[in-house]
Amino acid sequence: MAEKVYAIPNVQTPNVPVKINPEKCIGCNNCVETCQIDVFIPNPKKGCPPIILHPEECWYCGCCVTDCPTPGAIRFNYPLPLKPRWRTKETGEIHQLN
Amino acid sequence: MADKVYAIPNVQTPNVPVKINPEKCIGCNNCVETCQIDVFIPNPKKGCPPIILHPEECWYCGCCVTDCPTPGAIRFNYPLPLKPRWRTKETGEIHQLN
Amino acid sequence: MGTWHDYLKAEGTPPEWPYPVKFGEEKEIETDVLVLGGGIAGCWAAITAARNGAKVTILEKADVRRSGQGGPGCDHWCNVPGNPHSRVDPDEWAIQEMEDLGKFSNGIGIQIQCREDFDTLLEMEQMGGKIRDTDDEFVGVEGRYEDTKFMISPRYSAKAGYGTHDDWRKPGFNPPETRNNVVLRIWGSGFKPILKRECKKLGVQILDRVMATSLLNENGKQGNRVVGATGLNVRTGEFVIVKAKAVIMSTGGGSRALWVADMEHGGYDSTNSSRNNSSDNIYMAWRAGAKLTMMEGSAALRFGTGLKHKWYTGGADASYENVSLVDANNKVVPAPTQGWADGGAMFSNNAAVRADIKERIESGELQLPLYGDFAGMKPEEANATWNLMLTEESTTKVMVQTMTEAGFDYTKDQIMNYTYMELQPNEQYRTIRGGGLLVDWDLKSSLDGLYAAGGSTFSAEDHSYCAATGRYAGRKAADYAKGVEAGAVCRKQIDAEKERVLAPAKRSSGIEWKELHFGLNRVMQYYVGGYQTEHLYDLALEEIKRIEENAVTELYALDPHKLMRCIEDLNMIEHAKIKIQAMKERRFSSPALGVQRLDYPEVDAEEMQKYLLIYEEDGETKFERIPIRFWGNMKEEYEKHNPDYAGVYKPEN
Repeated sequence: MAEKVYAIPNVQTPNVPVKINPEKCIGCNNCVETCQIDVFIPNPKKGCPPIILHPEECWYCGCCVTDCPTPGAIRFNYPLPLKPRWRTKETGEIHQLN
Repeated sequence: MADKVYAIPNVQTPNVPVKINPEKCIGCNNCVETCQIDVFIPNPKKGCPPIILHPEECWYCGCCVTDCPTPGAIRFNYPLPLKPRWRTKETGEIHQLN
Repeated sequence: MGTWHDYLKAEGTPPEWPYPVKFGEEKEIETDVLVLGGGIAGCWAAITAARNGAKVTILEKADVRRSGQGGPGCDHWCNVPGNPHSRVDPDEWAIQEMEDLGKFSNGIGIQIQCREDFDTLLEMEQMGGKIRDTDDEFVGVEGRYEDTKFMISPRYSAKAGYGTHDDWRKPGFNPPETRNNVVLRIWGSGFKPILKRECKKLGVQILDRVMATSLLNENGKQGNRVVGATGLNVRTGEFVIVKAKAVIMSTGGGSRALWVADMEHGGYDSTNSSRNNSSDNIYMAWRAGAKLTMMEGSAALRFGTGLKHKWYTGGADASYENVSLVDANNKVVPAPTQGWADGGAMFSNNAAVRADIKERIESGELQLPLYGDFAGMKPEEANATWNLMLTEESTTKVMVQTMTEAGFDYTKDQIMNYTYMELQPNEQYRTIRGGGLLVDWDLKSSLDGLYAAGGSTFSAEDHSYCAATGRYAGRKAADYAKGVEAGAVCRKQIDAEKERVLAPAKRSSGIEWKELHFGLNRVMQYYVGGYQTEHLYDLALEEIKRIEENAVTELYALDPHKLMRCIEDLNMIEHAKIKIQAMKERRFSSPALGVQRLDYPEVDAEEMQKYLLIYEEDGETKFERIPIRFWGNMKEEYEKHNPDYAGVYKPEN
């Protein structure tokens, strides 16, 4: 558990339009520059992953993922109400994006 | 203009369900206790007006105003899309809550 | 990991604003041709103006590399009758398209598109864009030509472009041998970075993250020649003043934001509208005194609220032009809306088709949910749909990638569709046609020095319309700039604009931009919604006035980004006022304009023959009416205005 709990407002919803893998992200800030919304800001710590500042303004255009130079460093994370569903025709099994 | 600009997310909307008059509020935290939502938290500075922490959770029940011991210290502030309208029958004049 | 709250928890303090804060500071620039908005239209305008010898500057709210509605991609290059496989004459097709798109389409823009779209596309190829199946990935797909490797989109018939057509449901409506072959499938997700690279190569000055906020008139007088513009850096708050000999308005359009807020939709109305599309063109043109038209158009609210599925992930549409819609029992839904033999099932614009499907659902003949049947397609067509169409289309590339990683297999699976699961089904609603700047055959506005392209023109069309009109406006504006001296800007006008733009940054509490946006949405939903009357319009105008007096005066912005959103919402408020005034003036109902008035229920045949112009002069709203075919004979006028048109650009080396 966190040592210190601050009094902070609810987070904006949806809050995590993309997931960044800190193991892979090289902190190049390419996504910060690509994003037309300024969803991200650069991390004050150089070389660290960017900070998601305006998540609820994301329009899911995908350019941050498309243009990321490091495969797997950033991936899309559709919020719950937006997750697509599909069915395998032969078995009838229904799947949904996780 | 502010001396220091922090990078903070957009504020929650609506953000100001009530307006507190700091001249009149005695910091008794009666509203903090009355509110069933915990819209407010007590101000860390004793005797100062409470802080609105969860504004967008307000369901406009009005108890904080009803139970406030200091007349005029706290008043309701419906957000723009919720402001009621009415008409004076004789003149036909239309009014809206400010 | 990566959220703001993670940072706060770890560091115990919010991060400082990462960019230098320069509220109040100014930057001054002089140029020949100033392009406002670096999307598809803006980039093409800048490139062509630069190739025509002009010194060019772009102001762009985001980064030109991926900005605008076309930033993520585009899979169809529409209205390109100049391609070698076309079966129609460009001039004749332009007339048919103009008629087919309804009474109030933009004949000038469509003629330019039909004449120059193929040249524009070949220039894209010259710059490095992929427009042919050179890797032979789609051999055997309908519409693919082995000799040119072009891929014609097979869904477009000789009778109709992409409008509705009554015969669409009839078998054999669109046989291969009579298709018009006017639409090409392209690999557009690479286009935007290429356009930026070309701009830089040509020495275009790009000011990324600078939102254009106003136009500057000569000597500061509304209605005078446009001699520059102002901008706001959305990361630093710096105020930018640009003096220019000619200005091209290409900031897009955006009127749906008046009715719905982006947060409800993950981008306006779940389609491909960028949330940066925010009435900037309307505000700027209006303040400068330029004439606007088609402002009275509206659309019934056909959206649900709450975060809805995105375009192509099941919201509004989970089927595609050639993917059959099937029910829970794999029964094909009878909705071949575009006449392709495969039974293209894209959600129908046709009310009768929708009513028919609804009836079948209610009678139990079709069972919910419905699915887009990728697995039922010919494998090569499914491949082209998934790996070309959807991979290259705006905002869907990442969806394809994400779903593929999650295990979706287009050869075996079917995407769930939500269209009919709600009582009020969402319509597919993606036209960008609507209000904008009146333009002439030079794509010049009613003001000297001001040109318009793409979504900023009235009744604008799609991606390739934006490209072709941008390219055209760049040429014309560069020519104009060669013949004029720079005009005098007025410090008073600049100061007033600076005051307006920075006002919200001077406050730290009050009303934030989202509440203002929701407030405006509610006015439009109540008073300019399903039922419309003059009295309701008046109530809307009165309420907007109150919003301006009570809320706008309290509007606050905590940083430059939020200040940008504030200015966008102020632009939308002005847009709403202009729109409602224009609607009041029309006094008739018109399906073509999406207006159904209870007090004037009839279509006025005489009024339907006119465009309504609206503009401001000396602070007063003025109206004018001009005939709907004011552009004259499209072929003749085009040729008269372009005797020296040189076709595809020839690089010097």
